[in-house]
Amino acid sequence: MQRYVVGRLLLMIPTLLGVAILTFVVMRLVPGDIVELRYAGSGGSVPPEVIQNERHQLGLDRPIPAQFADWMSDVVRLDFGKSLWTDHPVMDEVRIRLGLSLELAVLATLLAVALAVPLGVLAATHQDTWIDYAIRIFSIGGLAMPSFWIGILMILVLLTLFHWAPPLLFTAFWDDPVANLAQLIWPAIAVGYRYAAVAMRMTRSSVLEVLGEDYIRTARAKGVLERRVVVRHALRNSLLPVVTVISLEFAFLIGGLVVTEQVFNLNGLGKLLVDAVAHRDYTLIQALVLLMAAVFVFINFTVDMLYVVFDPRVRYS
Amino acid sequence: MSAIDAESEELARLRYEENTGWPRTRRAVTDFIRQRPLGAFGALLILVMIFSAVFAPLIVPYDPVQASFADLLLPPSGTHLVGTDPFGRDVFSRLIYGSRTALLVGFSASLVGSTIGLLLGVVGAFLGGRTDQLIQRGMDVLLSFPLIVLAIAVVAALGGGEGKLSNVIIAITIPIIPRVARVVRSSALSIVAMPYIEAARSIGTGSGRIMLRHIVPNVFAPFIIMATAFLGQAILLEASLSFLGLGVNEPEPAWGLMLRGAGMQFLERAPWLAIAPGVAISLAVFGFNLFGDSLRDALDPRLRTH
Repeated sequence: MQRYVVGRLLLMIPTLLGVAILTFVVMRLVPGDIVELRYAGSGGSVPPEVIQNERHQLGLDRPIPAQFADWMSDVVRLDFGKSLWTDHPVMDEVRIRLGLSLELAVLATLLAVALAVPLGVLAATHQDTWIDYAIRIFSIGGLAMPSFWIGILMILVLLTLFHWAPPLLFTAFWDDPVANLAQLIWPAIAVGYRYAAVAMRMTRSSVLEVLGEDYIRTARAKGVLERRVVVRHALRNSLLPVVTVISLEFAFLIGGLVVTEQVFNLNGLGKLLVDAVAHRDYTLIQALVLLMAAVFVFINFTVDMLYVVFDPRVRYS
Repeated sequence: MSAIDAESEELARLRYEENTGWPRTRRAVTDFIRQRPLGAFGALLILVMIFSAVFAPLIVPYDPVQASFADLLLPPSGTHLVGTDPFGRDVFSRLIYGSRTALLVGFSASLVGSTIGLLLGVVGAFLGGRTDQLIQRGMDVLLSFPLIVLAIAVVAALGGGEGKLSNVIIAITIPIIPRVARVVRSSALSIVAMPYIEAARSIGTGSGRIMLRHIVPNVFAPFIIMATAFLGQAILLEASLSFLGLGVNEPEPAWGLMLRGAGMQFLERAPWLAIAPGVAISLAVFGFNLFGDSLRDALDPRLRTH
């Protein structure tokens, strides 16, 4: 077991290294760099020496392997450098947005779980009745409607009914909790619906599978109340795949909400990444992608460990 | 007519059916409709979409890219079913033509992506060892990129935003590959252990032939299921990319793009611009999801895709 855990942790290194190399190389293959883009507005009157000089200062004229080695040796010491565009430390740029992205992800997750688990169980216990069909159509609708479109529709309704438009500035939770929630609840619902749909389908199929197990029949045979059979015996045993789906979606939500953030005027990690790509802000892009990949890999690992903790049948060796 | 005649007639009919396969297909279709009404409804939505994509020029009342500055932002009416956009273009015509973009991107990305994933999964499972490890690590790397991030990176790297549909398709294909490869690999692993694979090997069948003739057909069910599931996802992703301005470009009619510009800008004045393309996207994905779900149940009830 210990060997397995260590092995899994060590396996993260090549994966993240692969992500780092891929990001590094791909971004440098993209036409245009930050220096060109910075002078793009000045109509080509910039002498080439100035551009060369600036590239030299940023170290962009050095061979790619040398640049990569430099960056890597910084990253290993947890130094992500400065944003090429704003000249602020990358960590500061990320920290400002991380709060928003994290809060939105947590809100959406809470909503999704509150919706998905009861409805999923209900659909499973009423399989092939109209309740099941209604819940399944509701969930398949959540998978079909793009969350950013749900967001647009919400804004449309709020705009016509209450003349509410997404505020231009973000209010932090500790500044004004009410204003903060009023701002974030709508994107959370827009995202949470899709998220709930995914988790609901997983809950349904997982509960259905467990309901077919022998120990459920045993529980019923010895006269356990049906409620108790469902909640204590079936639900508890079917939660692991649901937890998996929820964790993976959560990993995706941190930084994957590019489009929804755009719709609601939110300045989160997704927007930061899109802007960074547009500016060819190499240091920022690399740090962001590496951060998101690390979150994903780590959550994946945690889920596998959860399996061991919660399901004694699972043994890794 | 004697009993023998009737019997030989029945036999002849059976042989005919066996040879042509037609009534059997028809039987399968009617069974599918009867047993899985939701899936049949999904198939109907898909057929409607394919129909409108193929016959777009015959259906649309107006040229989808022709601006007409006398008809700006007209509300839905008899002449313009879904109104017009800020360039005076007929939204209905653009929706119909948009199905071409959606289907083209959806089908090519999911087919190409799933096929590459199928090959990688089968090769990894069959060869095992270092090759398998290498493929798996590569897939891990691709998997740990958030889907949208990967797509953005590819579009940026290939120089998207110039309306190049092929770049958008590649951007959407790449994230599909590792997801299919993983599922296919796990079902191929159990096939590789089958005695008939050993039998094939012992009579000297080449590796390539074993993989293509013996393994691929046996992992076809998960392949088809994944490919259908990713069709809807690809359409969604294309809409998201176009909405971000990283996908298809104006004046090309694409649903995500229609939401991007005018849809947001004239939200209050012309809500039909924001509603209609979203309905089109949702119906398309809804159709593919319903159909894919039923197909999964019909082909392999034990297989679950998350």
